[in-house]
Amino acid sequence: MSIPSREEMYAALEERHGKELQKKISAASAAVCGLGGLGSNIAIALARAGIGRLHILDFDKVDISNLNRQQYFPEQLGMYKSDALCDTLRRIAPYCEIRKDCVRLTEENIPELLGNEDIICEAFDKAEHKAMLVNCILERMPEKYLVAGSGMAGIGPSNAITTKRMMKRFYLCGDGTSDVDDGMGLVASRVLICAAHQANAVIRIIAGEFDV
Amino acid sequence: MVKINGEMLDKAGCSVTDILADMGTSGQRVAVELNESIVPKAEYSSTILKDGDTVEVVRFVGGG
Repeated sequence: MSIPSREEMYAALEERHGKELQKKISAASAAVCGLGGLGSNIAIALARAGIGRLHILDFDKVDISNLNRQQYFPEQLGMYKSDALCDTLRRIAPYCEIRKDCVRLTEENIPELLGNEDIICEAFDKAEHKAMLVNCILERMPEKYLVAGSGMAGIGPSNAITTKRMMKRFYLCGDGTSDVDDGMGLVASRVLICAAHQANAVIRIIAGEFDV
Repeated sequence: MVKINGEMLDKAGCSVTDILADMGTSGQRVAVELNESIVPKAEYSSTILKDGDTVEVVRFVGGG
C-alpha cells in the first residue's frame, strides 16, 4: 500500500491537534541529544506529533542491552543509533525533515551542531555528560529552550517523576534521585514516563505554554 | 544567610566550590544557578555568595 500524501498526513494531524496547534508544531524544530531510552522515545513522540524538523544525535551503536527500553529492533543490532532511529522515524513521519549526526557531543562542537534548533532535549545516559550539555547550553546558548532528564532508574512510583521549570528556558524532568549507578536498572515503563515528560514539555513550549 | 536548594544556610562569604564540597559533590555532575542565572563552571571558585542570595544546585544522576 502506498503511503498517504503530505497533505493527507497533515490533515489527520490537524484534525486531532487542532489547526492552530498543528501549525505551530509543524513549524517547530527540536534537537534530541542522545538516542537511548529517553532520546529514542522523545524523538518518536515528537515525530508522531508532526514536528517540522528533528535533529537526532548519538555516537553509539545499537546493542542487545538497549532492547529492553530503547526504540530499536533486534535486526538493527550493530547499526549506528542515528541511522537506525532515522529509519524508524521516516516510517512514522515520512514528511518530517530529519537531520542525523553520528557524533559525540563535546563542549567544543555543541554550539555549532545545535545552532539551528529552537529547543534542545538532553537525553544522555551519564550524569557527567548531562551536566556538560546543560552547562554548555545555559552558558553559551542562552536563547535556546533546554529540556533535560535526570532520575528515572528502577521501578519507583510513577508520580515521583515530575517536570520542573528550573530557569526561564530550562526544564528538568525525572525524580532527580534514582541513579542507575546505585544498581537500579532502567525499565522501559519508567524511562518512558520521563521521556514523555520531556516530549510534552517540548510540545508545551512550542504551543507557548511555558508553565509546568 | 543564603538559600541553598530551599534551605536557609549560613554560607555568606563561601564560594560555589565551597558549598559543592559541603554537599559532597564535585563540579562534574552539577549545574549551579545563582539568583536564577547559571554560574559558569569556570567561575565556581571566584563566585562568592552574599546575604540574601538564592542558590539552586542541580545534581544530575545517571540513566537515560
